[in-house]
Amino acid sequence: MTDTPMIKLEGVHKSFGSKQVLKGIDLSVAKGESMVIIGGSGTGKSVMLKCILGLLTPDKGKIFVDGEDVTHHKGRARKDVMSKFGMLFQGAALFDSLPVWENVAFGLIQGKGMKKTDAREIATEKLRRVGLSPDVGQLSPAELSGGMQKRVGLARAIASEPEVIFFDEPTTGLDPIMADVINDLIVECVKDLGATTLSITHDMASARKIADRIAMLYHGQIIWEGARTDIDSSGSDHVDQFIHGRAQGPIEMEILKL
Amino acid sequence: MFNPLALVGQVFLAALAEIGRLSRFAGTAIISIVLPPMYWRHVLKQMWLIGYNSLPVVGLTALFTGAALAQQIFVGGSRFNASSVVPGVVVIAIVRELGPVLGGLMVAGRVSSAMAAELGTMRVTEQIDALVTLSTDPFKYLVAPRLIAAVLTLPLLVIIANIIGVMGGFLIGTERLGLNAATYLKVTVDFLEQTDVISSLVKAAVFGFFIALMGSYHGYHSRGGAQGVGKATTNAVVSAFIAILLANLIITVIVFGGKAG
Repeated sequence: MTDTPMIKLEGVHKSFGSKQVLKGIDLSVAKGESMVIIGGSGTGKSVMLKCILGLLTPDKGKIFVDGEDVTHHKGRARKDVMSKFGMLFQGAALFDSLPVWENVAFGLIQGKGMKKTDAREIATEKLRRVGLSPDVGQLSPAELSGGMQKRVGLARAIASEPEVIFFDEPTTGLDPIMADVINDLIVECVKDLGATTLSITHDMASARKIADRIAMLYHGQIIWEGARTDIDSSGSDHVDQFIHGRAQGPIEMEILKL
Repeated sequence: MFNPLALVGQVFLAALAEIGRLSRFAGTAIISIVLPPMYWRHVLKQMWLIGYNSLPVVGLTALFTGAALAQQIFVGGSRFNASSVVPGVVVIAIVRELGPVLGGLMVAGRVSSAMAAELGTMRVTEQIDALVTLSTDPFKYLVAPRLIAAVLTLPLLVIIANIIGVMGGFLIGTERLGLNAATYLKVTVDFLEQTDVISSLVKAAVFGFFIALMGSYHGYHSRGGAQGVGKATTNAVVSAFIAILLANLIITVIVFGGKAG
């Protein structure tokens, strides 16, 4: 790991109308590190991820990728930044109109201008990497189960061998066994690539398995950050309540106040 | 306290804001058409979906409209012993107005809704976000091919609609109303002017632009799951209809405003 963080957020704010979603996020993810952001629904996890990806522009603050300020990058500059990223979406977000192999090869063909035949070979290899046989490549995404869709989404995320991979709720909607399979695949694939990862999840089993470090987002701010092994002794009532999934605690009190 | 003036103001400002967003979307879409790369395979696919698949509905609409028009003009004209004007009025009405407008409205009903539903579903299932993360500009990949395809295809559809509409009038005129076939065709050709055909094609291209623009705009900005997609679909069709009728009026006034005949 080098000194320059792969991803760095400085005082990132984002509001929608009068609703303040991010209230000054400061976060740093080192190269090769796996950071997991935990937090309840509506705390701003997805908004933060979309700000880093450039899908939303922060109202205030800066976002750095590999030391470069990318907060307001557009067009070609944004495309260059995006070429460093891979992303596994919550619902996999596979393109309905394309067969599975073309979904996996999409970034290679459209983003990197690779020939279809070469991209197809890589797609088949990546599908095998996530435990899917080559004949799955011919199928349409609608013909796949939820677990298979996640695997294809993972294959697509790693196909162009990105430097940074984002995982948005990678185990949501899966049974516990399939969720564990996906977690194992994430750990293996990331280790193979040596990539930096930033994941957001509610699933503590997933967080414990894939994280080097964990941060908790609450009311648009990072309220705790530390090593995975330290989370059980965080000293934060909010973190304790969340990781143990208790209905009673400061988070419930906030809900009751609304 | 309810203030009707404030309500009118809010509605007016909301309408202005929507027009601003739509204009910005259209500007971005046009820039994405002009700048490379262009996904020509997608353009051809969209031309097939918009053009070939709309042929039956556009053809039938033109046929029945042309036939009914001939019948009405014959009945109306016979009061003034002017039933011989049937071929001329049919061709003028079909080529100048009914061919492009009815063709445009029928295609808008089919295509704007389909585009809004497809892009709306892609939006709510994060497929459009996925395009961005895969270094692909959604405007170039999704919007530009639809706009180009619609602008190129609508004039072709309208030419076919015009011919079928005139033939609908011809069939009723010769088979039911007893008009002479050769005379019918001669009067039709004599009445038709170059300006009529050009205005028809210009209208079709403009309507094609609005059909694809409204479908893409409402689909692209769809939110809130299935209900949001349904709302986007309805809004796309309604706004495409209004845009077509307004554009038709403006083009008609510009082209034929100072002209008698």
